[in-house]
Amino acid sequence: MSILGKLSLDAIPYHEPILVGTFSAVVVGALALAYLLIKYNLLGVLWRDWITSIDHKRLGVMYIVLALVMLLRGFSDAIMMRLQLALATNGDPGYLPPHHYDQVFTAHGVIMIIFMAMPFMIGLMNIVVPLQIGARDVAFPFLNNLSFWLTAGGAILINISLFVGEFAKTGWVAYPPLAGLQFSPDVGVDYYIWALQISGIGTTLTAVNFLATVFKMRAPGMKLMDMPIFTWTCTWANILIAASFPILTAVLAMLTLDRYLDFHFFTNDGGGNSMMYINLFWAWGHPEVYILVLPAFGIFSEIVSTFTGKRLFGYKSMVWATASISILGFIVWLHHFFTMGSSANVNAFFGVMTMVIAVPTGVKLFNWLFTMYRGRLRVTVPVLWTLGFMVTFTIGGMTGVLLAVPGADYVLHNSLFLIAHFHNTIIGGAVFGYLAGFAFWFPKAMGFHLNVKLGKAAFWCWLVGFFMAFMPLYVLGFLGMTRRLNHTNNPDWNIWLYIALVGAFIIMAGIICQLLQLYVGFRDRKDNLDTTGDPWNGHTLEWSTSSPPQYYNFAKIPTVSDIDAFTDMKEKGEAYVRHESYEAIHMPKNTAAGILISGCITVMGFALIWHIWWLAALGLFSAFVSLVVRAYTKDVDYYVQPDEVARIEKAHLDSVAKG
Amino acid sequence: MSTTHLNTHDAHDEHHDHDPAPHNVFGFWLYLMTDCLLFASVFATYAVLFMNTAGGVSGKDIFELDFVAYETAALLVSSITYGFAMICAHNKNKSGTLSWLLVTFILGGIFIAMEIYEFHHLIVNGNGPQTSAFLSAFFALVGTHGLHVTAGLIWMAILMIELVVSGFGSRTVTRLSCLSLFWHFLDVVWICVFTVVYLMGAI
Repeated sequence: MSILGKLSLDAIPYHEPILVGTFSAVVVGALALAYLLIKYNLLGVLWRDWITSIDHKRLGVMYIVLALVMLLRGFSDAIMMRLQLALATNGDPGYLPPHHYDQVFTAHGVIMIIFMAMPFMIGLMNIVVPLQIGARDVAFPFLNNLSFWLTAGGAILINISLFVGEFAKTGWVAYPPLAGLQFSPDVGVDYYIWALQISGIGTTLTAVNFLATVFKMRAPGMKLMDMPIFTWTCTWANILIAASFPILTAVLAMLTLDRYLDFHFFTNDGGGNSMMYINLFWAWGHPEVYILVLPAFGIFSEIVSTFTGKRLFGYKSMVWATASISILGFIVWLHHFFTMGSSANVNAFFGVMTMVIAVPTGVKLFNWLFTMYRGRLRVTVPVLWTLGFMVTFTIGGMTGVLLAVPGADYVLHNSLFLIAHFHNTIIGGAVFGYLAGFAFWFPKAMGFHLNVKLGKAAFWCWLVGFFMAFMPLYVLGFLGMTRRLNHTNNPDWNIWLYIALVGAFIIMAGIICQLLQLYVGFRDRKDNLDTTGDPWNGHTLEWSTSSPPQYYNFAKIPTVSDIDAFTDMKEKGEAYVRHESYEAIHMPKNTAAGILISGCITVMGFALIWHIWWLAALGLFSAFVSLVVRAYTKDVDYYVQPDEVARIEKAHLDSVAKG
Repeated sequence: MSTTHLNTHDAHDEHHDHDPAPHNVFGFWLYLMTDCLLFASVFATYAVLFMNTAGGVSGKDIFELDFVAYETAALLVSSITYGFAMICAHNKNKSGTLSWLLVTFILGGIFIAMEIYEFHHLIVNGNGPQTSAFLSAFFALVGTHGLHVTAGLIWMAILMIELVVSGFGSRTVTRLSCLSLFWHFLDVVWICVFTVVYLMGAI
């Protein structure tokens, strides 16, 4: 075997015009970005203030940038699929050959779940949670930076697969035996494995970090049942991450052993059992969807409460509903494969458990409605997303209850009805939630407001586009169309496929509005500054800081005596107090160790994909050495001096006073 | 951090208001819970696959309980000796800590050496992990534990070097405590492995 393992020039898909075009666009984009960075002398700033930053707020912004970039990639995959299915009717082969199309739908799923939704959620959590609990940072700031770069490393690997080699053709679940060596001998599944494995470790570490943060670093006076609801939902999501991601790590490691060392966990021969993979995969995969949606529920709760100017109705029931969903979410995994052929009793148990989840979810919905009842709802962009969610998600939830009936599932399994259902819940639930949170906390994180008209336009495009793109899929499911088809030959389906394509284009218009919104926002930022730090008359502690928050978050750690801590402070006149003196604040220093370690691990992943064993060993060893060196680095923290704190606080309070 | 030069802008030992140590041990404990789930997944797989011998050997044919009993004894005793090391560490007794760590290291080394011997023995007799799903699951479960113990040994060696070179710093006891949790955790996991794999397999 050569020194480069399986890697050779044949791995470069220069004969695929679509990929060459994409590659050229990426190169041009990268060069343009590099030119701008150099022209405006921003490389140093990028390195010092962002890449090496261990400030949770900046890491949060970087997570969201990653999520938005991956949203564009994942959405490109989506619109390519819709276009293919609209063209490839009546026996026409369309423009995407099966081997390419199969990679596109696999990449779409993996990217949207792992590299769009997860970073978006974790980004919002990074920005908001430490502020909401009155902490100066997370428990392990360096680990937070490392987690981000591990996530980014996974994202980089999956994007390399576009231009070097290929991606998995198995669907985003990578079921064996199809994902085994016998039926997928190429590197696609290996890209899948290592991209998920590396980012998954980052996600697990994030959960550990944030659990330690909320359990150990809440402001004095803040009992667990005083935590803001978004922090609570994130905490449950983190418990789910800590409890489920190790299962993914284990099952992917077993698939790796099958593929690399000829083990027989999931093979057809040697006594392997592929259903074991499918069980373990969903024992992670089902909690994963709650990991995505619970923080979104928290975002909606904050928004409903803030923009009605009322306390959240039923805070305690909200927390317990979240807990119930988290626990129930762990005992429903088998509903993803009722057709496995378990006994009727087993299927009935999982079916009933699945339906039971509708109860705590219903509790949440009614809590939001009761919060709005007799409130004065200010219809802002975050509120629009919330209202859109409440309608859309309810429909998705009801089709979920339908699918939870094992008998019905035998008919609908793997049909487009299922595709419609989970997009209905993930887009209508999680994505709408993140976009609501994006609009809600953007002024806090960046210090200026986004254009409202474009924000509203984006919402309406997404909402209308969503319904046009996915309602036809319910119909197609009933008409018998199964998922992952490359071309069709049934005239009854055509009209619905065309409508779905139009819907996808309307969603695209929504995304363009959002990009424009960002562009216009940055261009006109000086006219739209958030000078008070509290643009919405917020309830929780993040709104007591400046926008963007001081890098140390709080000059004095607040003492909390209410769930809506900042409302309480404002009512008592304790907000915006000018202090005579400040104490020095202990802060961690930025470090390049995170990107260095993650870089080594990513190189290792790439080397393992291509069987370049020496490089894999070198990558692992370098990562290990970097970690040890970091552990024994003593110059890791410093003190912000009281005079600097006083200067920053004065500037903020003066700005608040001016309004 | 007693060796840190005194710079007014650098953090040093006197400021206990931001002592990271309790977070570290708690955070590490949380990490161990995730590790526990990892082992649970591999255990579940073993439980599902252990009868799938594909016409090859089963546990009864290959497990030598006497050998594994000695292996187990080495690991269990190493947990006790690590406990002694921690007592010395809390008393800031450097030579005592080092000696007990060394004893622990040797016992852990014996455990790993015996495991490698067992694996090697199985493989040369044609019972490698490629033979059947049972053996795949066996090698994966016992091997996952073995890799953890190996990582623990490397970590222990690094902490011993730290002790020799710079004695007790502000973080040394915290680090030793984390490794202590890790080491006892692996002991508990091994008791499960011994019971589920070897004892029940030999019946």
